Amino acid sequence: MPLASYAVVLSAILFGLGALGFVFKRNIITIFMSIELMLNAVNLSFVAFSRLRLLLEGQVFVFFVIVVAAAEAAVGMAIILQVARNRHSLNIERIDLLKQ
Amino acid sequence: MSVETILFFVLAAAALGGAANLIVQTHPIHSALSLIVVMVALAGIYLLLGAELLAAVQIIVYAGAIMVLFVFIIMLLNAGKEERTSISRAATWLGLPFAVVLTAVLGWRIAMAQPGPMAPGGEIPGTTRVLSQLLFTSYVFPFEMTSILILVAILGAVVLAKRDF
Repeated sequence: MPLASYAVVLSAILFGLGALGFVFKRNIITIFMSIELMLNAVNLSFVAFSRLRLLLEGQVFVFFVIVVAAAEAAVGMAIILQVARNRHSLNIERIDLLKQ
Repeated sequence: MSVETILFFVLAAAALGGAANLIVQTHPIHSALSLIVVMVALAGIYLLLGAELLAAVQIIVYAGAIMVLFVFIIMLLNAGKEERTSISRAATWLGLPFAVVLTAVLGWRIAMAQPGPMAPGGEIPGTTRVLSQLLFTSYVFPFEMTSILILVAILGAVVLAKRDF
């Protein structure tokens, strides 16, 4: 089995771990980091498939994913800053103003 | 067992250990450092898969800028350990096994799949030159769009983080 197939399996496991962290953690910054972990897992699968199919478009797309992740991290951090200032807590169970 | 395979399994173990540590640790700064370990391990795997420019970009941009931003925010907000609250019963008894089964099925299917038809050409050409040629000829429109996206993100972050709204 070529090396890149192992990399796709690793990407699936990393994505699963990121999803676990996204669902079960309560600190909003850790949830954000789980999202970044999922994005990294997807990047790995892009690179692995680019290697398997010998098409360079996979790596081009990883560029765009990294750029979008950077933009999202910047805006997300600004939002977290405002939320932390207003609610004085980083626990998502305290940030439930929209709940009934 | 070639050197490449051994190296891949070492880096994969590091990535999996970092990811597991991210969700196990209670203090967000430990999770951030574990995520940096994952990103560096992934950069090594990109090198093994022949994506040199991407490995460099991953280290410089992802581990070197985005994770530094995360660490700044954690230290700025003085984030502490998570408190102990109870997770709902349905989440643990239904969700956790389902997540494990989902990952196992996904991994098994991927491992058993036959690789699709390979594009003709044989070996991957020298990546950095061809990659930048692709990026600036066929994909120049998304490239310019992402620079506008970053501009919008900068403006949004500046406006959103103002103290007096």
